[in-house]
Amino acid sequence: MTLLETDRSRDISQPLERLSPDETMKVESDQLRGTIAEGLAAPLTAAVPGDDIKLMKFHGLYQQDDRDIRDERRRQKLEPAYRFMARVRLPGGVLTPSQWLKLDALARDHAGNTLRLTTRQTFQLHHLHKKNLRAVMQGLRDVLLDTKAACGDDARGVMASINPALSALHAEVYTLARAASDHATPKTGAYPEIWYGEERQARGEGPEEPMYGRTYMPRKFKIGFVIPPVNDIDVHAQDLGFIAIVEDGRLVGFNVAVGGGMGRTDQAPKTYPRLASVIGFVAKDRVIETCDAVMGVQRDYGDRADRSRARFKYTVDDKGLDWIKAAIEDRLGFALEAARPYAFTTNGDTLGWQRGEDGREHYTLRVENGRVRNFEAVALFDGLRAVAEAHRGTFRVTPNQNLVIAEVEAADRPAIAALLNAHGLDALNGGSGLRRNSMACVALPTCGLAMAESERYLPVLTDKIDAILAAHGLSDEPITIRMTGCPNGCARPYIAEIALTGRAPGKYNLYLGGGFAGQRLNKMVLENVAEPAILALLGKVIADFAGNRRPGEHFGDFAIRAGHVAEVTEGRHFND
Amino acid sequence: MTLLEFNGPGLSEEQWKAVRGVATALKPQQALWLSGYFAGLADAARPEAAHAVPAGLPPAAGLSARTLTILYASETGNGAGLARRLADRARAAGLDPLLADMADYKPRRLKEEQDLLIVASTHGEGAPPTSAAGFFEFVEGRKAPRLEGLRYAVLALGDSTYEFFCGAGRRIDDRLAALGAERLRDRVECDVDYDEPAAGWIDAALAALGPVAGAAAAPVPAVPAAPVATVHDRTNPFPAIVIENLPLTGRGSSKETRHVELSLEGSGLTFAPGDALGVMPRNDPALVEALLSALGLSGGETLELKGAETTLGRAFGEGLEITAATPRFLERWAELSGAAALKDLAGDARSAFLRENHVIDIVRRYPARGVDAAALAAGLRPLQPRLYSIASSVTAIPDEVHLTVSTVRYDLNGEERFGVASGQFSRHAGPETVLPVHVQENPRFRLPADDAPIIMIGAGTGVAPYRAFLQEREARGTAGRSWLFFGERNFDSDFLYQTEWQGFLKDGVLSRMNVAFSRDGADRTYVQHRLMEEARDVYAWLEEGAHLYVCGDGAKLAPDVHRTLLAIVEAQGRCGKAAAADYLGALQESRRYQIDVY
Ligand code: SRM
Ligand SMILES: Cc1cc2nc3c(=O)[nH]c(=O)nc-3n(C[C@H](O)[C@H](O)[C@H](O)COP(=O)(O)OP(=O)(O)OC[C@H]3O[C@@H](n4cnc5c(N)ncnc54)[C@H](O)[C@@H]3O)c2cc1C
Ligand SMILES: Cc1cc2nc3c(=O)[nH]c(=O)nc-3n(C[C@H](O)[C@H](O)[C@H](O)COP(=O)(O)O)c2cc1C
Ligand code: SF4
Repeated sequence: MTLLETDRSRDISQPLERLSPDETMKVESDQLRGTIAEGLAAPLTAAVPGDDIKLMKFHGLYQQDDRDIRDERRRQKLEPAYRFMARVRLPGGVLTPSQWLKLDALARDHAGNTLRLTTRQTFQLHHLHKKNLRAVMQGLRDVLLDTKAACGDDARGVMASINPALSALHAEVYTLARAASDHATPKTGAYPEIWYGEERQARGEGPEEPMYGRTYMPRKFKIGFVIPPVNDIDVHAQDLGFIAIVEDGRLVGFNVAVGGGMGRTDQAPKTYPRLASVIGFVAKDRVIETCDAVMGVQRDYGDRADRSRARFKYTVDDKGLDWIKAAIEDRLGFALEAARPYAFTTNGDTLGWQRGEDGREHYTLRVENGRVRNFEAVALFDGLRAVAEAHRGTFRVTPNQNLVIAEVEAADRPAIAALLNAHGLDALNGGSGLRRNSMACVALPTCGLAMAESERYLPVLTDKIDAILAAHGLSDEPITIRMTGCPNGCARPYIAEIALTGRAPGKYNLYLGGGFAGQRLNKMVLENVAEPAILALLGKVIADFAGNRRPGEHFGDFAIRAGHVAEVTEGRHFND
Repeated sequence: MTLLEFNGPGLSEEQWKAVRGVATALKPQQALWLSGYFAGLADAARPEAAHAVPAGLPPAAGLSARTLTILYASETGNGAGLARRLADRARAAGLDPLLADMADYKPRRLKEEQDLLIVASTHGEGAPPTSAAGFFEFVEGRKAPRLEGLRYAVLALGDSTYEFFCGAGRRIDDRLAALGAERLRDRVECDVDYDEPAAGWIDAALAALGPVAGAAAAPVPAVPAAPVATVHDRTNPFPAIVIENLPLTGRGSSKETRHVELSLEGSGLTFAPGDALGVMPRNDPALVEALLSALGLSGGETLELKGAETTLGRAFGEGLEITAATPRFLERWAELSGAAALKDLAGDARSAFLRENHVIDIVRRYPARGVDAAALAAGLRPLQPRLYSIASSVTAIPDEVHLTVSTVRYDLNGEERFGVASGQFSRHAGPETVLPVHVQENPRFRLPADDAPIIMIGAGTGVAPYRAFLQEREARGTAGRSWLFFGERNFDSDFLYQTEWQGFLKDGVLSRMNVAFSRDGADRTYVQHRLMEEARDVYAWLEEGAHLYVCGDGAKLAPDVHRTLLAIVEAQGRCGKAAAADYLGALQESRRYQIDVY
């Protein structure tokens, strides 16, 4: 079918009243200004009014409340302990020591003495009081950081492989990721006006948002760049993924993957995770054009009537991959070349020291679930500040919520190593193969959508699974386990070998069979169960794995071969 | 003519004489109680059918149709959607339903409901959505009223993969039945594919309501005010049961302020907004023990107190002030202990000594053996009731009285000490505790009779009476504007009754509110600073006849506010100091400027 023939009854071509209320909200927001400024000033509540909560997401801010004490405060006739979470825009996860020190200071002053590294390579500052938001935003600006488009219906934080070893390649890909991020960041003046107190500029010719218009994207849109063989960014979970193709040592271009995503809703079969499909190859100088073309297709054809179906992955399945590819090529004005060969071996991080080809050293530090604070055992927060004060290279936040102390001159390595040791940080890289490949989303107490614990519970559960693995001599076996507090999938659970998603306090769905390199979806094997049932089933499968695995066979592959779970070949069939 | 000249509705001369005879002999309290008593009798005597008339509704309306209310408890919107659908269908059927989220519904209204349809989803271990937690607590709690005369049906939403399938729906359905309500239709429990079963239930429930007009009314039971033998006052306090007692101050607060609810059921006590409640406290049992052991006495020693035989233990517990010491006690103890140091104390030295030494400290520092219980007791003041501004309106919440109590806690001689009454509320007054109470009228702190605007200024527990004011105005549907100035230490932890003020503002019962939190910012802001910021409007309100109220703890509040008001009048009224003083003086004269500080 031609582009003209497609069904347009649910996209941007329709009058607002036919679309979801959020579309009207965006149009009436005056390019994301809304009444945010007024809401910030309201003295009787620490919250902001309804629509502004949604608009502030486009500014990288989420209204939350401390759910641990929500009910207690209700009884006390106090409103929930409203706070805001700010998510920094940090393409590729790269930052300087001085930026780290600023984040450290802001966290100590306003964010409850903690920083949170995210699964998309950036930072979150939680527990921010409404009255301190401007101070925080201006503090970030001092070190050239902002929170634009960290959330909202726009292009989210752009990911890039951290890739310590291949220095030159990383530099090249990272530069492209930055360019893509800057290109796709909303241009509205709302941000500097509200947060920096700047005067509203008189608009010249043309719209305030050339690419986004007044309705932005139908839903969030995620872009990522990966350098094989390490699929650390989980390129198949991105709306738009670029897979670096290197020929005789040179970056020639990228395979383009479209329509990935994790988010789903329990009991709603029309929602499902989907792995991005590779549709072809583009030369490296065509990356920005490609972003425009793909985002343009989703902007114009994405479902704006039903937000639960508004992600690009559903547009791809609804229209069909061929149609989508044609639509993209139509906008590019040229045909994509055939995809080139590539291979992924893992989606995990290699911990500890690694030497780059340029001779510089990189230390990958495991940060459990990305939580940076001072624990009883280790003063991680203070330790990292000490490192940042001494460090002359850069930091890289990894897609697995870990931290790379990057670009250390060989001469400086002993000093950094000594610091890590002095603060007991090097000890954090220990643990079982399961723990080193585990990831949990934030969930309680800050996440408003959490139905169960995640960050605070996975380590406890891992201890118990570790005991089973140890009994079978599998302590060092690398196995990916990911947990989320709800089905939204913020820790990309549906591509883990073992995954748990929260249903209610203490209750989870259990999934098995994901690919170790993030190349295959897993499938639910237990629904809405508590820990004993989870451990019982895992015990059974692990015992079988210990006895009957093939040499080098990964846990997820085995679970399918041994019939413990059926293989999922396509997202559409995830719920079958 | 006065009431007493009016020859009752068709009363015979003899009857009227008799009534007059009694009436003229009555104390006001007794008269009040009797009125309730007669009302009860009359109510009881009425034939069943008559009770179909709901409170407030004219008989005509009462007979033509029953009122229908649709309540929903919903977290993710499914229940809310169904409730809306139900309401539309009801309207289509010619009914006029009130549709409400349990979160916004005042559960006390249940008493007045006639037909009630509920859509409730379940979240977590069989619990309702958090938004409906308050409603469930009320209905399932001991404060829930009997609900004979209410007809209802429940649609439960759930997910059968959960252990407690439709738990919340079941709970509310069973509870309403237990409270005597009549189940119109069996509960339907919907799984995640709820559309069909829900539609079925909607049809059935609406059908069960019966024909729209002239629906046969179910009986409401008569609630005669249970005849009580005595009238309660300061000398004969009413034993009130604590039904709620929790801290209003959140975590991390630098102080503790509690919300206390007492049951007045059967007391016949009534009060007006502005009145205070006298509460007779008990001394901390631990302190009683400590004092007895310091004295080397058992507590079994008998003595006479207020003309009655009692033991020293009981006297220390309920009869005497045993915390702060008085000069009289000092003299008495000087004799009993023979401590020369005490005899010589006088003037400032003595006052200072008394501030730093309470009874127990003195007894410990200057021990005496074999003290005579009666002689000792004679040196102590009788325990006094403590007064608390009443924080609730009897019109809005019958049979209850609410207080806002700030805990007095301090260190003395290396020990943590508590105020007698507030300390008891803080540590020894859980639900079911019985406290002797009486009503202390305060005619100098009253709402205007008419719709005149009111400006309420309160610091800390000083907002207590304003909660009563607004409850009263809401219950009476008063149109008058109202403006509240509230001050405390920290926004996060000390915004007393925050969600209630937000609700009053939302519903228009409260027109404006300004807050000052003295310990949030670097510069200490208090209510008077907010007043000054609003000088123009404050003066305008006064010119428009606003009544002004100042209430709170702390001796500083009233003078600071007064000084600020003077400045406001002087500036806004463009008059001199003297004229401004006269202006406020006139307000006070005409009872438009009332102060209640303690
Ligand atoms: C911090 C982070 C998890 C973490 O532990 O690191 C996170 C945290 C939240 N995510 Fe996420 N998401 C995070 C990565 C993801 C990912 C993983 C990824 O993108 O690689 C996904 C799955 C991929 C995808 O988009 O499908 C993800 C899918 C969602 C969804 C479901 C979207 C959907 O299409 O269904 C929501 C809910 C929504 O958007 O309605 C969500 C919403 C949220 C919110 C903001 C909850 C909310 O909307 O109120 C969470 C804030 C919790 C808190 O208190 O901090 N988050 N979220 C990650 C931040 C990434 C970043 O820096 O931008
Ligand atoms: C009309 C009126 C209305 C009131 N309304 C309220 C209200 O709404 N809410 C409310 O909380 N209160 C209210 N009060 C005050 C209340 O009546 C009590 O005075 C208060 O609760 C303290 O009583 P208590 O028995 O807890 O303390 P007490 O046992 O009376 O203790 C107070 C005594 O403790 C001693 N003391 C206190 N601090 C120290 C210290 N640092 N060092 C040494 N000794 C110390 C002093 O001797 C002081 O007199 C009101 C008072 C009045 C008159
Ligand atoms: C966190 C969570 C916990 C739940 N717990 C229960 C439960 O314990 N029992 C049950 O029957 N249903 C449970 N459910 C299912 C909901 O009741 C069901 O989805 C219902 O349709 C929601 O209606 P609502 O959108 O009006 O809240 C739960 C749903 C969620 C999201
Ligand atoms: S997965 Fe759910 S619970 Fe976890 S952070 Fe994302 S939205 Fe919150």
